[in-house]
Amino acid sequence: MAMTMTQKILAAHAHLDEVKAGQLILADLDGVLGNDITTPVAIAEFEKAGFDSVFDPEKINVVLDHFVPNKDIKAAKQSATCRSFCKENKISHFYDVGKMGIEHALLPEQGRVTAGDCLIGADSHTCTYGALGAFSTGVGSTDMAAGMATGKAWFKVPSAIQVKLTGQLNDFVSGKDVILSLIGQIGVDGALYKSLEFTGDGVKALSMDDRLCICNMAIEAGAKNGIFPVDEQTLAFLKAHGANEPKIYQADEDAVYEQVIEMDLSQIVPVVSWPHLPENTHPAKESQEIEIDQVVIGSCTNGRMEDMDATYRILKGNHVKDGVRCIIIPATMDIYKQCIANGYLMAFIEAGAVVSTPTCGPCLGGYMGILAPNERCISTTNRNFVGRMGDKTSEVYLASPYTAAYSALTGHISDPREFE
Amino acid sequence: MNEAKGKTFVYGDNVDTDVIIPARYLNTPDAKALAEHCMEDLDESFAKNVKEGDLMIAGWNFGCGSSREHAPLAIKTSGIHCVIAKSFARIFYRNAINIGLPILECEAAVDGIQPGDEVEVDFTTGVICDKTTGQSWQAEPFPAFIQDIIRCGGWMKYLRQMQDR
Repeated sequence: MAMTMTQKILAAHAHLDEVKAGQLILADLDGVLGNDITTPVAIAEFEKAGFDSVFDPEKINVVLDHFVPNKDIKAAKQSATCRSFCKENKISHFYDVGKMGIEHALLPEQGRVTAGDCLIGADSHTCTYGALGAFSTGVGSTDMAAGMATGKAWFKVPSAIQVKLTGQLNDFVSGKDVILSLIGQIGVDGALYKSLEFTGDGVKALSMDDRLCICNMAIEAGAKNGIFPVDEQTLAFLKAHGANEPKIYQADEDAVYEQVIEMDLSQIVPVVSWPHLPENTHPAKESQEIEIDQVVIGSCTNGRMEDMDATYRILKGNHVKDGVRCIIIPATMDIYKQCIANGYLMAFIEAGAVVSTPTCGPCLGGYMGILAPNERCISTTNRNFVGRMGDKTSEVYLASPYTAAYSALTGHISDPREFE
Repeated sequence: MNEAKGKTFVYGDNVDTDVIIPARYLNTPDAKALAEHCMEDLDESFAKNVKEGDLMIAGWNFGCGSSREHAPLAIKTSGIHCVIAKSFARIFYRNAINIGLPILECEAAVDGIQPGDEVEVDFTTGVICDKTTGQSWQAEPFPAFIQDIIRCGGWMKYLRQMQDR
């Protein structure tokens, strides 16, 4: 029977010749991931169930990224719990302050994921690695605990939506505009329990950073995973980052898709998702009346090098509008260092922005940019739910780095194509 | 736990994990501390009014957003014995099963139940009965594998049993 790309990876990891949508399987894992919020709960479950060793210390990744450097005593205790567990279990891929980065930017950068892998992470945005041709999906802490103990996870094999991409993006338009437009079209549960499989001639015109951003937000359409085919760009990326030997899976020509969506990349415009759902997508051009108090550029969605390049292009030699706070967070220490080497940090600071070391902080209203009642923020993060970044009356507008950076200069939501 | 019997708290579509338990409280894995703030940004009175055995009723895509297991854990620890929704976001769905919080999908029941109704659910049959109105509905049964996980009391206990066998 014909299979999708996702189904092929799952079949191989369940040691089956074929799988079909709806089938429940037990799959071998190539990687397990957790962060400083979800790992302590997983450790408690792991110990409560009486497990005393992990299945393979080499395949477990623990990244302290949500509340570090620690924001308070309770958060510090959670980090300490992760630290001692990783030491006891000889988990070498433990990323503490100084070498950490935001997990979904960090793992691809550190070569911890390769094409064909099957991976779970106790963080919903684990679906990011589909950009590398892997099956990866977000789970909870109990799944992480079981994954650490046994190297296995249960899955219901998903059906798929095929997203056929054609054309190429115009200047000042990015992967973020593609995924926000798609979510605007299908809704926050438009791909519930399903795979989003991106295909077509348009793929080659998308950079790896754009693909990572697009897969990152597959969960915001309810999807189990997002996935891109492996091409020369993918292989070059994996090689440059020292990833394991890739294994390439391709969807069968006659694979069955529940829905086929065609997207012409050249028709995508800069968009903004208004509160309080990511599906509430509007063109940036039609959002210009909205004044903002804060701008956040960073996160697992948009804290990568190309996002910093885009931000620099807009901010260099300019100044953030009076009364607007602009927070820029390169997603990993390597990106942070590259920003220093390129002179970006000085340009950002001279433009009136602040630059933080990597953290998820503001994205989830943890710390580093909490909003007061009725304040508005345009943010390159991934969720705009009620209270997501602070007080429950505050508002988050989701956008690309180009749109967020240009809005920082004008003080209201602005279309970056009007820059210059 | 084979049944839930209590008062209902009714919410709409797309109830996300950020309103179920805001991230500002995620600096602790302590279930009781989490339960004190359950639903706070959507319904401030929930945590103080909920009683052991009560039920939560919601629309489409319940539990969307973050993978935080703190969300089903906060709901379970608050005293809720069952969540009935039109559909669940997939990570919430597996987290609820993995930690042993009973959930059911039943569109008709969600449309029929009013806030505060006395509702009884039998998990072995999947029958939902509204004692206030006398209406009843049949929920979709879980696949056998999922039922086994629930019977064992969650995924970790299921795995232990498999390993011991």
